[in-house]
Amino acid sequence: MTSEPSIPKSLAKAPTGISGFDDVTFGGLPVGRPSLICGSAGCGKTLFAATFLVNGAIQYGEPGVFMSFEERAEDLAANVASLGYDLDGLVADGKLAIDHVRVERSEIEETGEYDLEGLFIRLGYAVDTIGAKRVVLDTIETLFSGLTDASILRAELRRLFGWLKDRGLTTVITGERGDGALTRQGLEEYVSDCVILLDNRVEDQVTTRRLRVVKYRGSAHGTNEYPFLIDEDGISVLPVTSADLDYDVSNDVVATGIEGLDAMLGPGGFFRGSSVLISGVAGTGKTTVSSYIVDATCARGERVMSFVFEESGAQICRNASSVGLDLKHHVESGLLRFEAARPTLYGLETHLARMHRDIEQFRPSLVVIDPISALHGPATELQSTILRMVDMLKGRGITAVFTSLRTDGGFDERGDLGLSSLMDAWIKLLGVEANGERTRTLYVIKARGMSHSNQVREFQMSAAGVKLVEAYVGPAGVLTGTARVVQEAQEQAEFLRRGQESERRKRDVIRRRQAIELQIAELRASLEVAEEEEAILLSEDEIRETLLATERRAITQRRSAAE
Amino acid sequence: MSQDPSSPSVDPSTGDEIDGGPYHMRLYVAGQTAKSMAALANLKRICEEHLAGRYDIEVIDLMKNPQLAAGDQILAIPTLVRRIPEPLKRIIGDLSNTEKVLVGLDIRPKAKAV
Repeated sequence: MTSEPSIPKSLAKAPTGISGFDDVTFGGLPVGRPSLICGSAGCGKTLFAATFLVNGAIQYGEPGVFMSFEERAEDLAANVASLGYDLDGLVADGKLAIDHVRVERSEIEETGEYDLEGLFIRLGYAVDTIGAKRVVLDTIETLFSGLTDASILRAELRRLFGWLKDRGLTTVITGERGDGALTRQGLEEYVSDCVILLDNRVEDQVTTRRLRVVKYRGSAHGTNEYPFLIDEDGISVLPVTSADLDYDVSNDVVATGIEGLDAMLGPGGFFRGSSVLISGVAGTGKTTVSSYIVDATCARGERVMSFVFEESGAQICRNASSVGLDLKHHVESGLLRFEAARPTLYGLETHLARMHRDIEQFRPSLVVIDPISALHGPATELQSTILRMVDMLKGRGITAVFTSLRTDGGFDERGDLGLSSLMDAWIKLLGVEANGERTRTLYVIKARGMSHSNQVREFQMSAAGVKLVEAYVGPAGVLTGTARVVQEAQEQAEFLRRGQESERRKRDVIRRRQAIELQIAELRASLEVAEEEEAILLSEDEIRETLLATERRAITQRRSAAE
Repeated sequence: MSQDPSSPSVDPSTGDEIDGGPYHMRLYVAGQTAKSMAALANLKRICEEHLAGRYDIEVIDLMKNPQLAAGDQILAIPTLVRRIPEPLKRIIGDLSNTEKVLVGLDIRPKAKAV
């Protein structure tokens, strides 16, 4: 084992490859030591152990020996084949050895002293043959039912675990849960390094599998109960409580694909990695709005995962095509994936774990949960589930769209499931009933970190797509739908009438003005005539005066000559 | 090994005659331990007493041939496996309790059968 000089030497861990489990245990199971996996019947001990071996063999290059005390090798291979594990292939490749130890009390007669050296030899032989690093003993307690001498068994088990440790084999020992103790035969006494408890509880007729690390000597570990899943993709554990509020934020804006809605948001869309709530009663177009966002995201070449609880993916595709969206080809191109499940199919934790697993695998940049209000459960549990869901998405920088069905239909801003405060943006769709018709309206209630319109918009859906129309806001109040159209027509008529009236008045004024101007021209003409006359008179007077003066001079000259 | 299992015999559960057929047995040991030695000695003694001339003991040392352990489902050491006559029987321990060994091998002494 190499240890980093900079960090304190910590216990070497063997990764199990079980997603989530390695996070909870900060690396996996302790290398070279036995770990106990206990739990009641049917909670997944054998599958856990098999996964540990198969992942070790395939992913980490550590061959393993599966020593089964209960199932035959063929049965085991068939059982884990449901998880997609090919045990026979691994055995053929020399990466895995399966040894079925049959312990049948009726076939064994005990007389005198014995030990379990045969078991050691078998295990040792299998380990040496394939160079195994990992061992599973499933379920070693079966020995207690096959052999009578418990004191020999206990001594031999103690010796076995010591032997496994000496050989540096990372071992998983499974044990059936007993009354008041972790295992029936008190195996936890011998295996004291790491104990994992698996549980399968039924609440409200829904089972939830949970896992808890009871102890892990020499290592920090998550102490909570973590839900885990077993399905065709194997086991996955959800480290649910890593709810830190220190995720990176993005200033990247993603458009919604609805022009009018983008226009209502200051930057022209939502921030990447934000959580958006679309709420509205039945038939207000929540799924349609989310389909638009899905389409816009896929059109950018990003992956989208949609968890739908009330419709199938195909149904959503079909419905989206009625507003002119082709989601089907996104599904076909692999950008869009629907995960449809009835909300009652699993418990909340299982839903969360499933989402976690699917998101880890698909790595989408947008996740749609439609509708979140379909998830049922006790209020506190529901809230914490949704909180963790939001955290999980935010922590990964995934934009999330939640739709929610409001049942009260009121205008109060009381959050749905206390959900609104977790959301970065909230679009509210309201159906307005008036004058015998229903129209859809849309508000942006909040959008953190961006300016946004606080106006209502009328939301229209047609084969041509979704259109946001500014609702009529005037003295008569807010009008939508036909009322808006009627009002608009009335206004148009009024406008025309007003226009004609003002035209007429304008013409009158022009006419009057022309008359006055005419009068002015006439007066000016007579003024000119008067001026001309005046000039003539003046010149005549002048001439006359000159003549008189001339005559007077002439008379004077004459008079003086006569003297 | 090659003896015919259908050779004349009396059903051990009903007849009072001892099974007259051949016995083929394997004793699995792991090295020369005290328990193994004791088991071999006990087995030989019992066979000489009850199955003189028609038994065959094969001693397998798993230390030398570990691959043989899985085939006969060996768990404890020492283990005696009766391969013939059928059905297969396993007796574990040092075979110190002669009564139990005889019952286990279906070789009941006449006294016990009454």
